[in-house]
Amino acid sequence: MNNQKFNWQIWVGFLFSVLSLFSYPLVFVRFPVTRDFPWANLLLFGIAAVFLFVGLRRAFAPQRRARSRIAGVVLTTLSVLVLGLFIFSTFVAARWLPASKGAPQVGQKAPDFSLTDTNGRVVTLSELFSSPINGKAPKGVLLIFYRGYW
Amino acid sequence: MDQFQQVGIRPVAISVDSPEQSRDLSTKAGYTFTILSDPKADAIRRYDLVHAGAGENGRDIARPAEFLLDSGGTVRWVNLTENYWVRARPEQILEASKSLY
Repeated sequence: MNNQKFNWQIWVGFLFSVLSLFSYPLVFVRFPVTRDFPWANLLLFGIAAVFLFVGLRRAFAPQRRARSRIAGVVLTTLSVLVLGLFIFSTFVAARWLPASKGAPQVGQKAPDFSLTDTNGRVVTLSELFSSPINGKAPKGVLLIFYRGYW
Repeated sequence: MDQFQQVGIRPVAISVDSPEQSRDLSTKAGYTFTILSDPKADAIRRYDLVHAGAGENGRDIARPAEFLLDSGGTVRWVNLTENYWVRARPEQILEASKSLY
């Protein structure tokens, strides 16, 4: 085996870790199965780890140049940092939410409000119950509060 | 969202985005449900859902939350997620809304 050849494994390992980080917010959050627990991303990190392990062993083989060893260590360290960033953003920072102890609970009356819709019209909660959908009075209203795009 | 309207449940989305921003979103994504704008977080505050300083330039925004109300305005089901990536699944809400019809 020619040990001086390009160490592609280390680069593939690094790319897999970067792919795993970005694929969660861009792709996997769209599907509840891969969103609620990010197993698909952890699997991608696992694949990255295998490539990095193989690449690192290759980088430290005898006859390899120092440059190869440095690249191996740098890319592996970066990959570990990427994994750390992923764990932090999905398991830690994403849980920094207010407790909302005063939010309406099951059995309580929902507080009224009047807000502007996308046509600039002011809409109250009571109107949302009275204006018909499919020609009939609605059986219920689903309020979805979201962070918005600012 | 269409599946809710089919069973007579009106979905309404609320955020601090301006009506123009919400209209852009709605047009681009082809949404047909109501989107309401709460730029001063009045309703968001009344529902105790303010996530202080979490928006751009430290703006107060809403934390994600879903409420199912019956036709009398009483809360029948609530989801206050603990992780902002994780939202209620439509089938959960449809299951909960079975008690309304």
